[in-house]
Amino acid sequence: MAITPNPYKTTGFLGWIDDRFPLTKLWKDHLSEYYAPKNFNFWYFFGSLALLVLVNQLLTGIWLVMHYKPDATQAWDSVEYIMRDVPWGNVLRYLHSTGASAFFIVVYLHMFRGIIYGSHRKPRELIWIFGCLIFLMLMAEAFCGYVLPWGNMSYWGAQVIINLFGTIPFVGPDLVVWIQGDYIPSDATLNRLFSLHVIALPFVLVGLVVAHLIALHEVGSNNPDGVEIKKHKDPNTGIPLDGIGFHPYYTVKDLVGVGVFLIIFLGIVFFAPDGGGYFLEKPNFTPANPLSTPEHITPAWYFGSFYAMLRATPSFAGTQIWGVIVMGAAVVILFFLPWLDRSPVKSIRYKGPIFKIALTLFTIFFVLLNYYGMQPPSPTGTLISRIGTIVYFAFFLLMPYYSKIDKTKPVPERVTYEAH
Amino acid sequence: MKPTNSVRKAMLKTSLKSLLAAATLVVAGQAFAEGHALPYPFKPDTGNEASVQRGARNFMNYCSGCHSMRNLRYSRVGQDLGISDDLLKANLMFTSEKVGDHILSSMPADASKSWFGQQPPDLTVEARYRGPDWVYNYLMTFYVDPSRPLGTNNLVLPGASMPHVLWELQGLQVKKAEGEHGAADGEGEHGGHEAGAPFELASKGKLTPDEYKKFVADTVNFMVYAAEPGRAHRVSVGYKVILFLLLFTVLAYFLKREYWKDVH
Repeated sequence: MAITPNPYKTTGFLGWIDDRFPLTKLWKDHLSEYYAPKNFNFWYFFGSLALLVLVNQLLTGIWLVMHYKPDATQAWDSVEYIMRDVPWGNVLRYLHSTGASAFFIVVYLHMFRGIIYGSHRKPRELIWIFGCLIFLMLMAEAFCGYVLPWGNMSYWGAQVIINLFGTIPFVGPDLVVWIQGDYIPSDATLNRLFSLHVIALPFVLVGLVVAHLIALHEVGSNNPDGVEIKKHKDPNTGIPLDGIGFHPYYTVKDLVGVGVFLIIFLGIVFFAPDGGGYFLEKPNFTPANPLSTPEHITPAWYFGSFYAMLRATPSFAGTQIWGVIVMGAAVVILFFLPWLDRSPVKSIRYKGPIFKIALTLFTIFFVLLNYYGMQPPSPTGTLISRIGTIVYFAFFLLMPYYSKIDKTKPVPERVTYEAH
Repeated sequence: MKPTNSVRKAMLKTSLKSLLAAATLVVAGQAFAEGHALPYPFKPDTGNEASVQRGARNFMNYCSGCHSMRNLRYSRVGQDLGISDDLLKANLMFTSEKVGDHILSSMPADASKSWFGQQPPDLTVEARYRGPDWVYNYLMTFYVDPSRPLGTNNLVLPGASMPHVLWELQGLQVKKAEGEHGAADGEGEHGGHEAGAPFELASKGKLTPDEYKKFVADTVNFMVYAAEPGRAHRVSVGYKVILFLLLFTVLAYFLKREYWKDVH
């Protein structure tokens, strides 16, 4: 019985595969014949870097789980066992702990790129939404992972975050007990967070990354000019005139990005894995102790902005739920960005002064919020956090108005690119 | 076309740069402002193997009676500090026969609780928890305080339940009266104390103040080593890794340039 030969006319072993599985097709569709705009700049490194960090987290995670004990009486010692008795265990652990911080740095820059060049605009709304879901899952994943070493900050961080659910009217306190599996964070809590961290959330995360990429490859990449390269195709080949094959052009270019990134990343891993006390915090170098609260409980640095918004929101009507709502809304509002932006142009290159000022304020206050979220409460901190929270939400909520009235510049037909 | 493009780029760059600079300034400024005032500055030096070895001896003789290092094995100390098993057994191991054992104190946990109010903490990663300079200052700043149950108190950990175990070596110091230690009071007549250290020696110990300082420095160097025994190896591997990456990145850059010659 003859089978239909594959359209790529490959022969030999590859041909045998291609007759049964679309290997050559996948390679062409997603790499060699995925045409990306030729004018990508610095900001476009962070997508592939995020993928690199994800792979790093998965691989180092697999090896860490081989030695880690998800047990409240053994977790702490098993981490020190990894640090001391497991060959290369300290490097594995630092790759994973530094990787968590690197993931957020890379993802924050990747999201910023999206905002400045309008990568969330039609027809890329779903790419943006998958991205927001990835960010949300990443936050959950990072929180669960942070608890696992069962240091004192792990413990109290878990206590604070899980108790946020306790502010929900009526069901809150019961919900907290249900989530924890106990009246305080305990062995039961550690076990379920371990399960989420190593099975459930990574599954969802990888699935979302695949969806993010499928959606991207369906509509094609945006670029710093925010123009559609598919509008101008070669009449003979059908290839976008401003497009180049992702492989080899962007694979070799991203290789340079990977090199530079790894110099910084591994520089931290090998020479300063504590990250100045931000990547590995001092109070987490003592085992979990329900009777001893750390001087001030701070979330990991990458939650600083959201934690600052939580703290800055005053409680009223006898409940603190408002802060939790504000913090949740700060993440949820990101999902609506594609519809909040009404500017006729996508890229900041052709947007007017209002957007540039709004974005600058937004960025400054996001950094300030992040900083004050890590500090002990202070009057200055509260004031700046409140202003920051307002600026954060104003940037999104007022966007439908200011993006419409802003003066824009004419957008070129083709991308701007000067050969190097 | 060209000038507007470059002007635009420059504008974006300047605004981003100033933004970044402002944020860095705020964060850096405040990050350095925090931390308690520790009267004695201290920088650990785990590269000084002799010092770390002396510190190991100090720790085993003066600390390990009450404090464990339950995640550290004697054999690891031996390997890292170049101490043979025989020397380990003869000089550093008092409660155990097997070099593969962890460093555990022989004090019963329940009894220690009733003696001191709490079980003496495990010190494996204490230097990473408190910081080396804190530990150094802690061991330097015990002083006579009759109001405390064991007769001494500590400047950086007020109400410490640990007695001044090293009093025999340091001697006993008392707090100077308020205002007595100022700019005028440099090296006091008792010697050794820096300006600003609010103590004077009431009774001399076996060691001179300088010898005691070295004793404490050795001990803290050992504790810093114990908090992360793999540190030296990690750093030495790090240089090789970065060297490789520099080479890799340069090659990758030229590869990229070669490929991108086709792109116009």
